[in-house]
Amino acid sequence: MDFSQGFGLIILIIGQCLLITVSVLLSLAFLMYADRKIWAAVQMRKGPNVVGAFGLLQSFADFLKYLFKEIVIPAGSDKVVFLLAPLITFVLSLVAWSVIPFNEGWVLTDINIGILFIFAVAGLEVYGVIMGGWASNSKYPFLGSLRSAAQMISYEVSIGFIIVGILISTGSLNLSKIVLAQDGSYGIFSWYWLPHFPMVILFFISALAETNRPPFDLPEAEAELVAGFQVEYSSTPFLLFMIGELMTVVLMCALISILFFGGWLSPIPFIPDGVLWLILKILIIFFIFSMVKAIVPRFRYDQLMRLGWKVFLPMSLAWVVIVATLAQFGISGYVRW
Amino acid sequence: MEPFALGFYFFSSITLLSGLMVVLSTNPVHSVLWLILTFFGASGLFIILGAEFLALILMIVYVGAVAVLFMFVVMMLNINFKEIKSRLTKYLPVGVLIGLVLFVELSLIFGDFIPELKFNSNDDLVINPNIENTKQLGLVLYTDFFIYFQLAGIVLLIAMIGAIVLTHQRRKDVKRQDVLAQIYKDPNNSIELKDIKPGQGL
Repeated sequence: MDFSQGFGLIILIIGQCLLITVSVLLSLAFLMYADRKIWAAVQMRKGPNVVGAFGLLQSFADFLKYLFKEIVIPAGSDKVVFLLAPLITFVLSLVAWSVIPFNEGWVLTDINIGILFIFAVAGLEVYGVIMGGWASNSKYPFLGSLRSAAQMISYEVSIGFIIVGILISTGSLNLSKIVLAQDGSYGIFSWYWLPHFPMVILFFISALAETNRPPFDLPEAEAELVAGFQVEYSSTPFLLFMIGELMTVVLMCALISILFFGGWLSPIPFIPDGVLWLILKILIIFFIFSMVKAIVPRFRYDQLMRLGWKVFLPMSLAWVVIVATLAQFGISGYVRW
Repeated sequence: MEPFALGFYFFSSITLLSGLMVVLSTNPVHSVLWLILTFFGASGLFIILGAEFLALILMIVYVGAVAVLFMFVVMMLNINFKEIKSRLTKYLPVGVLIGLVLFVELSLIFGDFIPELKFNSNDDLVINPNIENTKQLGLVLYTDFFIYFQLAGIVLLIAMIGAIVLTHQRRKDVKRQDVLAQIYKDPNNSIELKDIKPGQGL
C-alpha cells in the first residue's frame, strides 16, 4: 500500500493519531498510580496496593468503576452544555499532544507555529471549567468555576511572556526547532534552563497554577467549595474531567522538558539522543509535580492573585526585555539563529 | 470538489450558521458559546488562506481572552429571558436595517460600482512563499508600519488606564491583607504558650 498519498496517507495519519492517543492514555493510568503512590509515601501510607501486583492495576479498576456508574444529570442543569464541558476538557488536552515532538522527526503535525498552537489550546481549556460550573446550575460549582477561570487566565499571561523569551532565543515557533537550538557541544549546559534560569522556576509554578494542581487547586478546594466545578459530575463525565486534567499536567511536563531541558537530547554529549530521554525528563518533572502536591500547603485566593499579577507578571515582562537586549547584542547562549 | 473549496464551504457555513445562532438563541450564555464557534470558523478560514499565525492569534485573543470576559459578564447578569424575547419584534426592523446597510456597503466595495475602490489583487503586498507567515508579518509590522504599531499600542494603553481609573476605588471599610506583614510575622512574638491548671481557665 502506498502511504505517501490518497487513501494510504489517511490510513497512516489515523494510525499515528491512534498510536499517540493510546500511548498517552495508557501511560496516564500508570502516572496516576505513581502520583498516588508518591503522595502516600510522603505521608507514610501504603497507597493503592490491592489491585494487581503492588496495586499496579488500580487505575484500571477505577476506570471501570467510573464507567459503570450511573450518570446523574441535575434536573435544573443545562444538559447539552453540562455534557459538553467534560468533553471539551478531555479533547483539548488530547489535541495538544499532536504537535509535541518525541524525537527528531517523530511528530504528528510539524507545524511552524507549534508553540502558539499549544498556547491557544491551553487557553481554551478554561471553557471546560466555566461551562461545567455554569451548566450545573448550583452555587458551589459556579463559584468554583469563576475562581478557576480567573486563576487560569492570570497565569496564562506570565506563561506567554516566558515562552516569548524562549522564542526570541530560538528565532522560531516550531517545537522541533526549539529543541534543536538547544543542541550544543556542552550537553546539559547548552539547554535553555541555564540562560533562562529564573524562568524555569516561574514556568513550573505557573504550570502548577494553570493546571489547577496543588498548592493552587482552589477550583476544587474541598474544604470550602466541596469540589468546585466538579460537584455535580459523576461517572464518565467526571472521569473525562479527571483524565483531561491529568493529561494537561503531563503535557505541561513535556512542555517544560522541551522548552528548557532539551526535549529528546541527551545530557552528555557522546551518548546518543532519543525518545527515552524525553520520557525520562517528563517522569522526573512529573515526580516534582507530585512532590509539590504532597508537601506544599494550599494558597489563599488573594495570595494566588497577588503572586500571579504582582510578582510573576512584572518579572516575566522584565525578562522579555532583558532577553531581547541580550539577543540584540549577540550574547552567546541567548541568540541561536 | 477540491479539498480547499470543501474546507472553505465547511468553515464559512459554520461561521455563518453560528453567527446566526448568536442572534437567535434566547439564552445569552448560549449566544456567547455560539460566538466562540463563529471565531473557530473564522480562524479555520484564515488557515485555509495560509495565514496560520493570524488564525491562532484570533483563537488566543478572542476565544481565549475576550470571549471569556463576555462569558463572565453574561453569566453574572440576572437576565430575564422572556423580556428579551418580547422585545425581539420591536428591535427587529432596526437590526434588519443595519444589516442591509452593511450588506450594501460591502457589495459596493466588491462590486464594479466604484472603480477606484476596487481591490488590486496582490499589487501592494508582495507575498513571498519561502518566508513563513509569522516572520513575514514581523518584517512588515516592525519596519514599514512601525508608527501605526506604536500608535495602536498607545491607544490600548490609554484604554487600559481609562478602565483602571473608572473602576479602581480604595474602600476604607474593607479589611485588607498586608502580605509583607504576614510573611515577616515572627512566631516568637505572636504565639504564647500558657499552662492552664485543671478546673481554672485563663
